[in-house]
Amino acid sequence: MGSTSANDIIVLGIDQIMLAYAFALVVLFIVMMRGIKREKEILISSIRMTVQLILTGYILTYILENPNPWVTGVVILLMEIFAIGTIFKKFKGKLSIGLKVAICISMAGGTLTCLLYFLLVVIRINPWYDPQYFIPIAGMFVGNTMTAVALGVKALVEGMTTQKSLVEEALILGATPRAATASIIDSTFDSAIMPTMNTMIGMGIVFLPGMMTGQILSGTAPTTAVTYQLAVMLGILGAVALSVIIMLQLGYRSFFNDRDQLRVQG
Amino acid sequence: MFRFEQVTYKDIIDIREMTIPSGLTALVGPSGSGKTTLLRLMNKLVTPSYGIIYYRGMDISEIPSVEHRRKVMMLSQNPILFPGNIRENLNAGFHFQKKEAPKDQKLMEMLQQVQLQKDLDGPVESLSGGEKQRLVLARVCLLDPEVYLLDEPSAALDDASEDAIVSMLSRYTKEKGKSAVMITHARSVAEKYCDEIIELKKEVNHG
Repeated sequence: MGSTSANDIIVLGIDQIMLAYAFALVVLFIVMMRGIKREKEILISSIRMTVQLILTGYILTYILENPNPWVTGVVILLMEIFAIGTIFKKFKGKLSIGLKVAICISMAGGTLTCLLYFLLVVIRINPWYDPQYFIPIAGMFVGNTMTAVALGVKALVEGMTTQKSLVEEALILGATPRAATASIIDSTFDSAIMPTMNTMIGMGIVFLPGMMTGQILSGTAPTTAVTYQLAVMLGILGAVALSVIIMLQLGYRSFFNDRDQLRVQG
Repeated sequence: MFRFEQVTYKDIIDIREMTIPSGLTALVGPSGSGKTTLLRLMNKLVTPSYGIIYYRGMDISEIPSVEHRRKVMMLSQNPILFPGNIRENLNAGFHFQKKEAPKDQKLMEMLQQVQLQKDLDGPVESLSGGEKQRLVLARVCLLDPEVYLLDEPSAALDDASEDAIVSMLSRYTKEKGKSAVMITHARSVAEKYCDEIIELKKEVNHG
């Protein structure tokens, strides 16, 4: 049975968690009955999630109880590596070295700059590496930025491929590579940042953001939860925009050589 | 005006030595002989695998590409138009070079020169192949480069219009003291209007 902690939050017991899994089994059963061949995927993703979250729970407990700047640093580094690796995997074989470098610099540059500003200047955590704030907020910044940069890279590569003849014609007419790709860069920025904008517009009306929900569930006053959500969302917006801008600035150039000629792709 | 020394490009071009003089020069030869590639080399859209190309005595690899392309401008064989109307397409070069666009009056005059009677606000999608070709020709002429590199400027035109366009180009470049290198399949037109004819051969050294 669940018990109530000092913070008025219901702590879930093993029996309650089992009931949640029982629910997942019902879903699995329905999927199998309907003949949708996805039972393996549902099973694997459920088990994977369980293992990952349990491990994360223990690791986070350890990290939060033993604050250490090096550990916080390593966690952030792993997040960045994982995010960059996820983007690379998504575009297997389609990324030039230049574009890969652009992705690494933009992910790290955009997220770290905004992270330091929001943690040290806005929220003012103490000590500066306090993992209780640093890690979850970094996770949100890096996760959202990863999605945006991946969308941006996709739009940039597609734009440069489908509009190659227009870009070349612009070069012929005396454009610099920057001017020749201006319209592609603008539309890429739009498509990369659009999901973040939509999230901001829908926030509080269409859905309650995850972090705010979590804080309210754990007993934080909704008004306090809202201030955090605002700060974090603005930080995400900043990290996303900054990273996408850096990625585009470095990325478009990777399609040209130092003689301002289009590189042969592939 | 252009001088080629030991220039090779992949296995498409192999020129031991060649000079292209000022004036109107025709470039003829069978398809696959590298005529278009030659223009792209002169425009610095591509770089030779080996060898040096000189423009007015300067090694073009030493000239910044964008600056060079603004002086030695190429007209592609397939007319490529940007989304927008006729005015925007005529002004595209000015837009890309971040220069002030010419007045409508000048655009209309240029359209007349290339014998295209169209409204500046008209759409470009509905133009025929020949009309598109004349539009991109007008777009290049407006930019007033020193040298025109023309890749079959009359490919989509009938014989009469072809003669008219090439004679216009010949007059235009002579009047303004410009030079042009023109790829053409029509030897008769080349002989009638061009000062010099250079023939490219397949897989044979020439010069």
